[in-house]
Amino acid sequence: MKIFAVASAGGHWIQLLRLRPAFKGHEVIYVSTNEEYAAMVEGCPFYAVSDSNRWQKSKLFSTFFMLFSLISREKPNVIISTGAAPGLLALLIGRGIGARTIWIDSIANAEKLSLSGKFAAKIANRVYTQWPELSNEKILFKGSVI
Amino acid sequence: MIFVTTGTQAPFDRLIQAVDESIPFLNGEEVVAQTCQSSYVPNHMTTVDLMSPADFFEHFNNAKLIIAHAGMGTVLSAMSAAKPLIVMPRLASLREHRNDHQLATVKKLAHMNFGRVVNDSKEMKEAIVAMLNGNNHTNFKPISNFASDELLKSLSNYIVSPDNSENL
Repeated sequence: MKIFAVASAGGHWIQLLRLRPAFKGHEVIYVSTNEEYAAMVEGCPFYAVSDSNRWQKSKLFSTFFMLFSLISREKPNVIISTGAAPGLLALLIGRGIGARTIWIDSIANAEKLSLSGKFAAKIANRVYTQWPELSNEKILFKGSVI
Repeated sequence: MIFVTTGTQAPFDRLIQAVDESIPFLNGEEVVAQTCQSSYVPNHMTTVDLMSPADFFEHFNNAKLIIAHAGMGTVLSAMSAAKPLIVMPRLASLREHRNDHQLATVKKLAHMNFGRVVNDSKEMKEAIVAMLNGNNHTNFKPISNFASDELLKSLSNYIVSPDNSENL
């Protein structure tokens, strides 16, 4: 399997790295918003895309097109993200190319799902929360990054 | 050395000021801070706007105490490195974040004894002095570098055979 693993810099990225044992035996391509993070996943292909959030419409477009060209070139089987906006865009593009898409909502969302997570629940094949009280028939709780 | 970080998204002047005002009471302990362009100008510590990841982890690993906003990147890193930690949650009412999720997270993780939570400069000073005196982690167990076995297993099953993995 070819896995495309996307997370914004900071806590989202730290949480993504904690999932690495689940990717063992697969080809993993990492994507984040800080190009210096390449050193943290040495031995794996790494790409940086521009950071953006839902308040920055023009930046969001630039992130979208960078992700679109990467994903259409690499054609991953699975796209997984721990957030935030760039990860959600990657899942959206992934649906378009028929990739399996997985969203893991940040452990920082303890009282309600993030806005990106709520949107991911509509488009991703599988969505996890890290808090049991936020799970329902669509949103899975299967432990956390801790 | 004490290492202070307010994350990479936004400055956190209230935290930097609270730490700066505590430093005269710390017997000359060195303090280095990544401030993300704080507009408060501290008098007693060395500051860097944004460190490279390598620089960041070097400071993080060498520090005897970490002081941070309650962002999960720092909290998780401190828990797995078993670093004494003081966090100050960002408040939406002071426009330090979009919402109060940092308050909610520290409350929900309190049972793990990941560190001390402070809310103002008086509590900050007391917490730093207490922790430098070795009065820190009670019942703290470091966490591993990876997610829970249950989550890893669920993910790896779903990656390999989405049709056979557990139902929702």
